[in-house]
Amino acid sequence: MVNDMATKSKNAKTESSAGRPDGRKNDEPRKLMVKAGVIPRADGSAYVEFGKTHAIAAVYGPKPVIPKHQENPHKAILRCRYAMMPFSVKDRKRPGYDRRSTEIAMVAQSALEPAIFLEEFPRTAIDVEMQIIQADAGTRVAAITAAAVALADAGIPMRDLVSAVAAGRANGNVLLDLTKEEEDAEDAVDMPMAMMPRLGKITLLQMDGDVPLETVEEIVKTGTSGCMKVYEAQKDALKKKYEMK
Amino acid sequence: MNENRNTSSFSRSEPKEHADEQMQNEVPDDNAKIVLPGEVIADTMDILAGKGTFREGSKIFSKYVGVARNRGSVISVTPLAGAYMPQEGDYVVGEVTLAGFSNWGVDIRAPYDAGMSPYDVNEYVEKGVELSKYYKVGELIFARISKVTSNNFVNVATKDPKCRKLMGGIVVEISPAKVPRLIGKAGSMISLIKNKTGCMVTVGQNGRVWVKGDNDTLAIEAIKKVEELAHTHGLTDKMDEFLTKRLVESGKKI
Repeated sequence: MVNDMATKSKNAKTESSAGRPDGRKNDEPRKLMVKAGVIPRADGSAYVEFGKTHAIAAVYGPKPVIPKHQENPHKAILRCRYAMMPFSVKDRKRPGYDRRSTEIAMVAQSALEPAIFLEEFPRTAIDVEMQIIQADAGTRVAAITAAAVALADAGIPMRDLVSAVAAGRANGNVLLDLTKEEEDAEDAVDMPMAMMPRLGKITLLQMDGDVPLETVEEIVKTGTSGCMKVYEAQKDALKKKYEMK
Repeated sequence: MNENRNTSSFSRSEPKEHADEQMQNEVPDDNAKIVLPGEVIADTMDILAGKGTFREGSKIFSKYVGVARNRGSVISVTPLAGAYMPQEGDYVVGEVTLAGFSNWGVDIRAPYDAGMSPYDVNEYVEKGVELSKYYKVGELIFARISKVTSNNFVNVATKDPKCRKLMGGIVVEISPAKVPRLIGKAGSMISLIKNKTGCMVTVGQNGRVWVKGDNDTLAIEAIKKVEELAHTHGLTDKMDEFLTKRLVESGKKI
């Protein structure tokens, strides 16, 4: 038994020195690509790639609320929707909204809401539509990153952008921006987080799994530094849209 | 032709505030900088936080993706995109969406639907007559924003010499932020397009442009081009060249 444990830990060590499957450093995000203004018919839109995770977001509004009983006389309501395309995963995903996508839409809404001056548009609705084109873990953070850029692109007043990235642990190492392959490790935990980088305020933090407190702190720290990298990419994308022309 | 002259006079005699803004927006400022939401644009208590900005402590931040301008003691950000927010005195191109018992509903391409009372229209509305006799659902009107309440309830009126029904023609939509550029300094750009294409063109502050005439395809193309190149210098000359070239190609008289 003791012997077994020893070999196991030895294995873990050799794995950690071998590094990540795609050769990234532990605190290195996947190849990031952010593009603003990809849907001409929408008021604002953005496309985001985190490696093989591709997300697209569109913003419509502010506009009058239908059904009318949902409207808030003091501020705008933010209506988020999230969905994965049928071909985004290996086994065909049944199109439409399910329990998982409804929950993600809800957390995305509460992640984005603090950044927007909703009180400037009372009695209106802002619709945010997020679609996952291809999934390789971290879809909700890719969707939130895209939605934040789309909101800014739509000319909606904001306190700050919202940057999101996932961090976690796999094979005993704290890693930034896990892929599906890494997420499938035996001891893997995944912590998607979103924050307003200028204010340093975290607006989304989810995790399930069994992790010591110190590791959680380490994961949050890694995620925070990752958000800053995402933030830079978001800013570049918005600037580029107007400098290109 | 008479109508044509009328509309150009509209663009020349804008309400004061807008005229002022147009001057500021007309030529893209070289010092103007593109800023992003949450970007620090000033760090002093001596400057006031103007439109499109907010203050936290001594720092002033931008709310929009926009162009920051420092006008003496006030710093403001003009957004590069965004919905049209109705302001009293604006002239807009609206579509009648409802003819009720005592009022009309008008879509003005804003986050809020607008209403129009029978007391505020050009025509004398007889008692007991259905309102759809005067303005039918789907008709286009050139209207003035007569009132915006603190709760953002919007009223429009056609009781104004410039306001009228827009019969026929085509509507194109551009970003409301680009409207000052389309009108140009003292209406130079819009009268250029009108004169070259011979079309009637009416521009609403809400970014709706109504075009009517034989050469409307060219006029619309020109309007789209102005929107696309709104931030460049010497656009009026460029457009003059473009329109002349197109007219020569099509063999029409200039």
